[in-house]
Amino acid sequence: MTVGIVVFPGSNCDRDMAWALSGILDLPCRFLWHDTTSLEDIQAVVLPGGFSYGDYLRCGALASLSPLLHAVHAFAADGGPVLGICNGFQVLTEMGLLPGALTRNQNLHFICEPCELVVSPGSCHLLKGYGEQERVQFPIAHGEGRYQCQADTLSELEQNGQLVLRYGHNPNGSILDVAGVCNRSGNVLGLMPHPERASDPLLGGIDGQRLLQALLG
Amino acid sequence: MTIKKRFGSSNCEDRCDCLFALPRYQARVEVQLRPSVLDPAGEATRSAAARLGIEGLQSLRIGKAIVLSLEAADAKQAEAQVGVLCDRLLANPVTENWSISLEELQA
Repeated sequence: MTVGIVVFPGSNCDRDMAWALSGILDLPCRFLWHDTTSLEDIQAVVLPGGFSYGDYLRCGALASLSPLLHAVHAFAADGGPVLGICNGFQVLTEMGLLPGALTRNQNLHFICEPCELVVSPGSCHLLKGYGEQERVQFPIAHGEGRYQCQADTLSELEQNGQLVLRYGHNPNGSILDVAGVCNRSGNVLGLMPHPERASDPLLGGIDGQRLLQALLG
Repeated sequence: MTIKKRFGSSNCEDRCDCLFALPRYQARVEVQLRPSVLDPAGEATRSAAARLGIEGLQSLRIGKAIVLSLEAADAKQAEAQVGVLCDRLLANPVTENWSISLEELQA
């Protein structure tokens, strides 16, 4: 039982994630270089935050064609849990595992601050540790986190209960205050806020722990 | 080059050149945010333009241009290949539209 943390050139939250998983929660994990192709012995995949490929072309666009992500496609199709945080969420939309896109924050600023989130776990496996409409606090740190999708996609997502995380106070102009989205079958979750930075008691909050624990739970 | 080496004779080299040299094209791809998508950078630039004293500026949208050259059997094939590239990589269909202009490069 091991969590695989995918590392792209330019990832910078990979070690935070490893610390939260193995240092705080005592969950085994290992790094997976994006250029490899094997997910052997991996029970869950995390796409961490950062600036994969320097955000060249579009955030997440070049990473979405990495060899390892071919394997992640198949892994997700088989029901394996996949969590994309911040840049990882951008990668998941670019690779088509989640609908929509993350665009420039409405006010153009890079926003780095704690955020209140409202959780609607529905059938999302990774959020099963949270109550319906529970309010939690995770920090955000992004310049391009404004969720957008086409109107018909949005109503479909809403009907299926896939808009699983919303901001209490919308920081970036996301449509319907969306902070996180899961796929129809509930095993792929993408979110802009950082649960791994809300897991160490030293940092003032541990609301993110239950999300990380669900990776192997 | 490997093909030429295999055949060796100068006669054959000429023939290979003529068999294997494909026309080259230059494509200019323009990627623009869809009209329905807010362009905050464009809006900010428009405000700055107004501060310059430029009057009558109605809208300003920022996109990007990508210039590439490629070999293909003909213009139709070149355009089809660049189209796939736009759909799969250069543009995100959720938020962006693209257009191609293509010209053949002289050998």
